Amino acid sequence: MTYREALRLALREELARDERVFVMGEEVGVFDGAYKVTAGLLDEFGPDRVRDTPISEEGFVGAGVGAAMLGERPVVEIMTLNFLLVAMDQVVNHAAKIGAMFGGQVRCPLVIRTPNGAGNQLTAQHSQSFDQYFAHVPGLKVVAPATPADAKGLLKSAIRDDDPVLVLENLRIYTEKGEVPLDPEHLTPIGRARVARQGRDLTIVAHSYAVVRALAVAEKLARERGLEAEVIDLRSLRPLDMETVAASVAKTNRALCVEEGWPTYGVTAELAARVQHACFDDLDAPVERLGMAEVPLPYAKSLETAALPNEARLERAALATLELVPA
Amino acid sequence: MTTTSPRKRRTKDSVTTDRYARMLLIRELETEAERQYKLARIGGYCHLSSGQEAITIAAADALEPDDVLVTGYRSHGFALARGVSPEAVMAELFGRRSGCAHGRGGSMHLLDVERRYFGGWGIVAGQLPIATGLALSLVRRGSEQAVLCELGDGAVNMGAWHEALNLAGLWHLPVVFLIVNNEYGMGTSVQRASAEPELYRRAAAFRIHGERVDGDDLEASLETCQRLLDLARRERRPAVLEALTYRYRGHSVADAGLAYRTREEIARHEAADPLKRARAALLDQGVGEDELEAIERQARERVEAAVEYALADPEPEVSELAVGMHAPGSAEQFERMRPGSPFGELELTFGAGLGR
Repeated sequence: MTYREALRLALREELARDERVFVMGEEVGVFDGAYKVTAGLLDEFGPDRVRDTPISEEGFVGAGVGAAMLGERPVVEIMTLNFLLVAMDQVVNHAAKIGAMFGGQVRCPLVIRTPNGAGNQLTAQHSQSFDQYFAHVPGLKVVAPATPADAKGLLKSAIRDDDPVLVLENLRIYTEKGEVPLDPEHLTPIGRARVARQGRDLTIVAHSYAVVRALAVAEKLARERGLEAEVIDLRSLRPLDMETVAASVAKTNRALCVEEGWPTYGVTAELAARVQHACFDDLDAPVERLGMAEVPLPYAKSLETAALPNEARLERAALATLELVPA
Repeated sequence: MTTTSPRKRRTKDSVTTDRYARMLLIRELETEAERQYKLARIGGYCHLSSGQEAITIAAADALEPDDVLVTGYRSHGFALARGVSPEAVMAELFGRRSGCAHGRGGSMHLLDVERRYFGGWGIVAGQLPIATGLALSLVRRGSEQAVLCELGDGAVNMGAWHEALNLAGLWHLPVVFLIVNNEYGMGTSVQRASAEPELYRRAAAFRIHGERVDGDDLEASLETCQRLLDLARRERRPAVLEALTYRYRGHSVADAGLAYRTREEIARHEAADPLKRARAALLDQGVGEDELEAIERQARERVEAAVEYALADPEPEVSELAVGMHAPGSAEQFERMRPGSPFGELELTFGAGLGR
């Protein structure tokens, strides 16, 4: 099953399980979803459960917040993460505040799911990873599945969670295939990382599409150099499973943190800070970081490829962390 | 599509001693709040609504118990009008444990879930999209209830206004957007802010009914709110109601309120004060001066008691700093976040009830 199909299955199962669940967003119904995640759901569940919206992110994200406050379980699709910025006020200054600001008397069980990811020459305004903008905010939960199984398991956990959860999907993984548990009660718990590959020489910490890149590089390092990298798939950015990361670094003594977005003030910055604190005595080398080059992403394929944390750059960063090439 | 209030179905007896007493309670509580603010017992922003009591009581009284109320940050009056006790309001302003938001919200974030008052919101127009979602939930559940969404005149120039009204019109949502037009968004007059200063007319862009009422006229306000809420409940017809009123105090207690208007202008409005109008109407009805004075004395006593209550109420425990932010059961999700956390984080969030 593909990642896309796994997401769809999660939506179908939860729509069937709980009347309070409904899907809302641009083109989710008649159009079958801009990226076809919701294909067929309108026919199956009707226009109240699968609700097309105008291009109006601040409006319908806010509508999701309000519906959630009265106990609905809205799953709001944002066509890509780039468009969530126009609804940032509703996410950061409304949804995230409800629990604390109202003294725990109101909850907001809202899910926002949205793909992101660069690499298709979509250029500066459509190729960004704002993961850390949202993972920065107390009151939100942010998950980022890297496999079809977790796409299903984390989306289902998010829908059943009583807090606002942002589910970051990735365009380039939509067609990736993998084993997906068919048990409708199989959930991937929020706040639990996964050891995606065992290794002894180096820990690569990643989430979302960077996990796919890291696994490919890890295989290459093993094949060509006999180096065994351990790959940690964070799965969840807030809460962040530092126990799994720290246990891995304690074993390998070296850490490379990778993200698709800009690293300055990014997810890897947060990881590096926590790893150096948690693993100070374990580290044999400085914590290394890799992300997108700090420019608005250009159109030219050659420039785009060079700017992304591609596998060649990731391999060099791994070797630098191992002090086999200059940093 | 856009009409002025027809003033029919107007009943003399809508001005009652009970409503007068509740308007007065708002006035007295806010007057006292300003005094307590200057004594530094109340902090943060504190926006008073003195002068706006008639539309506030009218709107609250037009609501049925199961209807939903959501407002902006000038929320003391609406909380009291909806039935929140002066003690719970004053304790919240003092940042105390039994405040209506448990000392977490303050002046701008009053609420009462039991009375279906879902907040006091602090970002201009932020509550409008939320109101459409509240109304959508009512529709999904097949209930014949409505949402009343209060906003100030400054909110109508935000994008959220446009988006929320479009959704309300498009989806036939049972929501009445009540613009409390007190003539100024902070210090900028409606004339200086809005290209169409007859704000109710802007509903026409969404094929939503728009109407204007004298918000200082208790009877007209009550009749109009009831009629529009009825249409929302029974026919799922959203509406915009612009209530013309005036605030005597500054934008907040930190604003003297004189940089952008004259003392004469304020005095002119105070001469037609909704409380004075209600009092005169009651005297006309034959209510005795003695009875009115007793009501006035009781309002002051009630506010004094609320201050005493708030002073005696304990402050929230620091050991509960993070309680409520996340739903119960979330503690387990956050449990593995501890290694390498910033200085003091374990004590201040994990040890203070995160996800408990």
